[in-house]
Amino acid sequence: MDFGLSQDQRLLDESLRKFLTSEVPLDSVRKLAAGESSDASVWQGLASMGLAGVLIPEAYGGAQLGMLDAVAIAEALGYAACPGPFMSTAVMASYYLEQAGATDPLAAMAAGTYRVGIAFSDAIGTRKGHIVEVDSALSGQSLFALDAEADAYLIGLGDGRVFMIEASEVVRTPLTTVDVTRSVCELTLNDTPACLVSSDPELLKQTLYRGRAIQAADTLGAAQYMLDEAVAYALERKQFNRVIGSFQAVKHMCAEMASQLEPCRAFVWYAGHAFDEAADEAALTACHAKAHLAEVGQFVAKTSTEVHGGMGFTDLVGLHYWFKRIGFNRQLLGSPEAVRQEAAVLDELRRP
Amino acid sequence: MDLSYGSEYDLFREEVRSFIREFKDKQPKADDGIKSQAMRDWQSLLVQHGYHSRTIPEAYGGFGAEPDIIKSRIIAEEFGAQRVHRGFNGQGVTMLTPVLLEMGTEEQKKTFIEPTIRAEMIWCQGYSEPGAGSDLASLTTKAELDGDDWVVNGQKIWTSTAHHADWIFCLVRTEPEAPKHLGISFLLFRMDTPGIEIRPLVDMTGDANFNEVFFTDVRVPKTQIVGERGQGWQVANAILGHERGSLATPDAALNRLNGVKRLMREESINGAPIMDNPIFRDRLMKLEGRALAMQYNDMRLLSAKINKNQDVRLAAMIVKLAGTELRHEIECLGIDVMGEIGLSYGDNPHLRGHGSWQYQYMFYLGLIIGGGTSQIQKNIISERGLDMPKEPKIPLKVAQAAPDGASREA
Repeated sequence: MDFGLSQDQRLLDESLRKFLTSEVPLDSVRKLAAGESSDASVWQGLASMGLAGVLIPEAYGGAQLGMLDAVAIAEALGYAACPGPFMSTAVMASYYLEQAGATDPLAAMAAGTYRVGIAFSDAIGTRKGHIVEVDSALSGQSLFALDAEADAYLIGLGDGRVFMIEASEVVRTPLTTVDVTRSVCELTLNDTPACLVSSDPELLKQTLYRGRAIQAADTLGAAQYMLDEAVAYALERKQFNRVIGSFQAVKHMCAEMASQLEPCRAFVWYAGHAFDEAADEAALTACHAKAHLAEVGQFVAKTSTEVHGGMGFTDLVGLHYWFKRIGFNRQLLGSPEAVRQEAAVLDELRRP
Repeated sequence: MDLSYGSEYDLFREEVRSFIREFKDKQPKADDGIKSQAMRDWQSLLVQHGYHSRTIPEAYGGFGAEPDIIKSRIIAEEFGAQRVHRGFNGQGVTMLTPVLLEMGTEEQKKTFIEPTIRAEMIWCQGYSEPGAGSDLASLTTKAELDGDDWVVNGQKIWTSTAHHADWIFCLVRTEPEAPKHLGISFLLFRMDTPGIEIRPLVDMTGDANFNEVFFTDVRVPKTQIVGERGQGWQVANAILGHERGSLATPDAALNRLNGVKRLMREESINGAPIMDNPIFRDRLMKLEGRALAMQYNDMRLLSAKINKNQDVRLAAMIVKLAGTELRHEIECLGIDVMGEIGLSYGDNPHLRGHGSWQYQYMFYLGLIIGGGTSQIQKNIISERGLDMPKEPKIPLKVAQAAPDGASREA
């Protein structure tokens, strides 16, 4: 028995974190926020480490690893507030296309040269202006499509069907969100021909659950960064002739963050592992992990900012990028309440 | 990640199962007390087969097996699944025995361990005092040497099994001139020694789960000391580590959560099951998420004991704080879903679950406070887990002058 990451997984984690420290410093996030750069070069760098094809079979040039590897990667990316479409193209779209047998784009996706965005808003909860299909052509709007730089999109409909469409075929309007590290856009379609990838609503759901596990891991990483920063700041900042980290009021804030966050590490690992080895638990565990990390992440984001005092509120220390990343993860692919409602259904506590 | 125990353990699991099948009927009944013959017989049977005191050397009455975390886990799983009595696990077994093995003399090990693990010698723990709670090292119960005896005077509180204990392991101040942590000794003595008075301490549940114990000129042979004079604090700390995690097991939390689910299915309001109420269901799911996090954290801790490839210090330190708070909230939900029925207590004919929801709700508040309060846990987590500094000491003169006698913390 060995609960945790394997030797290989730890090596990958180590080299990834090294890469992120040198290639994705806070300055690069700031440049992205100011519109002075895109996430393209970072994504190429991650692709060269095999991250873009983490789930893609070796036959298509991927690394053919599992979801436990993917959550470990997501945790490291969250820690660095790393920009890029890891969740959308490398996890959700790669899984969906491979399972649906639509393997044509996989090689380019694994190489990082072709990005497939995810437009699943309708599948999560139909809003005003949703997409309708008539004679294999789509009309309407899909909000919050992941990856404004994608080459193509998987568009999920309320009935569980998923269509694929090239980016050049749609009107794409970038949407500003709180989080600058992940790009989001609105797709407008007007009787646009689209290719049906699969009509299996279960496949869409399985894809969604994988996205949720990745979000939980991303929030874990981002929250761990905020806790580490809070402790470091508390050991540096002096008031009343002492470091503020020697006051119990501040120590207890840090202890509360650690107490809530530390068990999440095992939770997220198990959520990833379940997809690989315990399929019947995977959906429920992913929903629980996503909702639980949304709550713990929110607590850590607020508390860490408070430990930083006024500086936490400024742009100077840049802590807010992580605060916002955690906030983004909380809403995307279902709010905690909506996801817990789904968990209750999966738990067979209540029929849908 | 490999969560299987390996095929070599399948055989062992089968052994445990066949033991349970064969001997299950011999386990003590609910009304057999801890001093009943049925309990002692069951205890002996468990020790003899290696399902209790498994790793205690044979020379001291144990089974003498090599430590094997997975085998211990399998025993716990199988006994738990079949709801079979795990045997008596009082403070003598869980706290004193490990300490004697580490710090006791050969004679002490020979004298005390075997009757303790056979439940023939019941122990209570004499640590806390009215003036020494979180600041345990400030304890003032004193022992002075008079000829070949220690003479003990003072008072202990929160002594849970004092009323049926045969012996006590007790912290006393033997070196009044030494710094507070260096002036304490660890004594063992009989509870029927003249000069000991036990008063039950009724708590908020209405039961007396604890006692106060008073010592007046209690004479203890001077050889009945564990470790050297003044070493008692080290001894005490070694066993407190044992106590903390065991107050909040994730399996028990998940069991109680399943109990809440049953309540929510069975109870209804205005004709609809509580389970159909989205607000209660959301609270339930929130707690389930937290309980699962603690369960996987526990698996990680178990794995780290076997593989030694992970630093799990922090993961272990948070268990008491997070686990007891979680359990208190689970019990609270159990009460809340019952609405007015939830206020029932004692002999009320409308009780659900024999009144366990209100009882455990209060009892777990006791556990949040006991065994190191949540606030002390936060000090430990921040200082030992996050390497943050201790609160600076206030100079003694200032502290004594403070109107509220503030901060005596070490």
